Amino acid sequence: MDIDPLVLARIQFATNISFHILFPAISIGLGWLLLFFRVRYTQTGDKAWEYAYYFWVKIFALTFAMGVVSGITMSFQFGTNWPGFMEKAGNVAGPLLGYEVLSAFFLEASFLGIMLFGKDRVSNRMHLISTFLVAFGTTLSAFWILSLNSWMQTPTGYYLEDGVVMVESWWEVIFNPSFPYRFFHMVIASVLTSAFLVAGVSAWRALKNVDGPATWKIMRTGVMVAAVLAPLQIFIGDLHGLNTLEHQPAKVAAMEAIWETEEGAPFTVVALPDEESRSNKFALEIPYAASLVLTHELKGEVKGLNEFVGEHPPVAIVFWSFRVMLAIGGLMVLVAWWAAWALRSGRQASKPVLAALSAMTFSGWVAVLAGWYVTEIGRQPWIVDGVLKVQDVVADHSAATVSGTLFGYILLYLFLLASYIGALRNLSAKPAASLILNPAGTASANTGDNTAKGGES
Amino acid sequence: MEYWLPIIYMAAMGLSLLIYVILDGYDLGVGMLMPLANDAEKDIMVASIGPFWDANETWIVLGVGILLIAFPMAHGIVLTELYLPVTIMLMGLILRGVAFDLRVKAGDHRKALWNRAFFLGSLVASMAQGWMLGAYVTGLQSNTTSLLFSALIALTLPALYLTLGCGWLLMKTEGELLTKAIGWARKSVWPMGLGLLLVSIATPLVSDAIAEKWFSWPNFLILAPIPVLSLAAFAAIVALLNSDNSIYRGHGWKLYASTVAICVFASLGLGYSLFPNIIIGQMTIWDAAASLSSLKFTLVGVAITLPIIIGYTIFVYRIFHGKATHLSYD
Repeated sequence: MDIDPLVLARIQFATNISFHILFPAISIGLGWLLLFFRVRYTQTGDKAWEYAYYFWVKIFALTFAMGVVSGITMSFQFGTNWPGFMEKAGNVAGPLLGYEVLSAFFLEASFLGIMLFGKDRVSNRMHLISTFLVAFGTTLSAFWILSLNSWMQTPTGYYLEDGVVMVESWWEVIFNPSFPYRFFHMVIASVLTSAFLVAGVSAWRALKNVDGPATWKIMRTGVMVAAVLAPLQIFIGDLHGLNTLEHQPAKVAAMEAIWETEEGAPFTVVALPDEESRSNKFALEIPYAASLVLTHELKGEVKGLNEFVGEHPPVAIVFWSFRVMLAIGGLMVLVAWWAAWALRSGRQASKPVLAALSAMTFSGWVAVLAGWYVTEIGRQPWIVDGVLKVQDVVADHSAATVSGTLFGYILLYLFLLASYIGALRNLSAKPAASLILNPAGTASANTGDNTAKGGES
Repeated sequence: MEYWLPIIYMAAMGLSLLIYVILDGYDLGVGMLMPLANDAEKDIMVASIGPFWDANETWIVLGVGILLIAFPMAHGIVLTELYLPVTIMLMGLILRGVAFDLRVKAGDHRKALWNRAFFLGSLVASMAQGWMLGAYVTGLQSNTTSLLFSALIALTLPALYLTLGCGWLLMKTEGELLTKAIGWARKSVWPMGLGLLLVSIATPLVSDAIAEKWFSWPNFLILAPIPVLSLAAFAAIVALLNSDNSIYRGHGWKLYASTVAICVFASLGLGYSLFPNIIIGQMTIWDAAASLSSLKFTLVGVAITLPIIIGYTIFVYRIFHGKATHLSYD
């Protein structure tokens, strides 16, 4: 079988980055939730908040480690898979990645040590500060990497010299047109992902009667955060979409599977976009809705894919990823509001609510992946929109080499994903009290937890 | 500026990678020592590196980051050529990085599996790094000589990491585990010494350019302190390991310090051999350098953040100063 090495390189990079994003998607948001638990405990002295912190800090540590190791992979793969990208756009990509390492990676890694192991070795204040710095570091890291990603989508502040990108204004590079939207969209996505994870795991624990009242308190935090942020996310997503329409109309045309430029374009609910015939087979449409959503005018003009023949992304996958993201987003609002209503003023939710929450545990992952597929596949065939094409920067490894390592990565990632979820399941089955350790270093409750030498993690 | 900035960045890259070897070296070394310890000792060993490994590993990201920032033309070539060893190293680092948590969070019945993953990941990553260094020094050639040379360093670097790991354990452990660590150190130090000696002899043999830089008058005399001081540091290690009492009395840190000294001398020698090439025989640092504006922009960030990073790194090491018996991952 003859497979294009470019396709393989893309699949490999997509595999790695898809695996990687799962973990920052949790840790950015969970870092702030942990800070909230930690602060509430200091303020109230309520055991429930202490339990919340100690239970979730374990999951945070595991998630963070998964993010770190898969992130290191990314930093090497820019060079191993896309050497041309660094040669042509290294003047922008290099410094932005460099600032991420210098300002964020060391910060979060170093203070994570204090956060996980230093509780008995530093003051409460220092431990609080460390918890804050870890959350801040993860968000700062998102700032730089999303700035670079956004610049690849909407490049500004540069000029070309012999085909090489040179920087004219760092301010315009960093704060490029799509950056603010993408940054807030992603940070909120991360808080939502972790809120549903926290609520979902807590609901599962409540269903199984694993733990006492602390579980309900933690669940309520997750649900309330989700109930506020899920609708806000839709609003920000809409703004992001308008920004994309302005700067990357081909992407929007693919998201909506609009082939011909139209005034008063309908919103296609479902369809089977077909690139051969350049039309949609079987389409369920809502008249004028696409124009209304995208231009906020009934008769607004939406550019069709036929304006970008040969330079627009593959349609079906972008179209469907976008619909998956929308569907999960809508579901998130419904479940979060339903659960918030059920949990109002200290009530305990019924079994169906708990079941719904626990079914949504990993919903954030699906939405985040789908959203990234829309934006990244939607940028194709460009690696830097309008400047540099993916096919021109790929390394010339043989198909055999890339498919061999790709196979290895896929096996490893499947194994790790199963291990991660297994560990989550394993921890979730234990009462939080059994996870808290006293200063002498042994588990404070008799749970059979294997903590030969105590401390904390 | 056009002359000096690439030099500054090459020095910064060399420094990051040296710090990486010194710091991640000990935790990779501890990982490779795991199978020799019993279950309780394994927990202490992992706990002793728990607060540090993540930040230690960030130094290689910075090193590669500087290669990317300052020398984008070389970054792609180096990493494309090293595709396979890089991939293998990454898989090793991934396995081992997640094993820290999973060995205690995946359930008791899986602990042995993750202990093995921890060991295997550490070993594979160390060997792959050695291979990469060898391939880099020989100018990314793939003839038999350079493959043999890479294989030699792929064995030597793990031995060096093992010694660093033993040095770490001499500082962080007590009682029976300390006694064991002294025994491990005695066994790791000779392969390390032999490996380093062979590498020193082989390097000028595989590269005429390097041979010329070292064996011409008066360079040879000026450079003589590097091998002489390395030998002195090695002698200090041997002397220390022959005196158990001084280790028990708290002089164990000297093993780590002497091995670090060897790393520093080796990297000075390596830096001298390479300069001013970023890829030997292909590209100088000036050929590969990024645009002046990008180099300046990043230098501001480096100048501000690097002292802060070093400051809080020292802060963290001070907090966790002392024996690791009361630390643990769970």
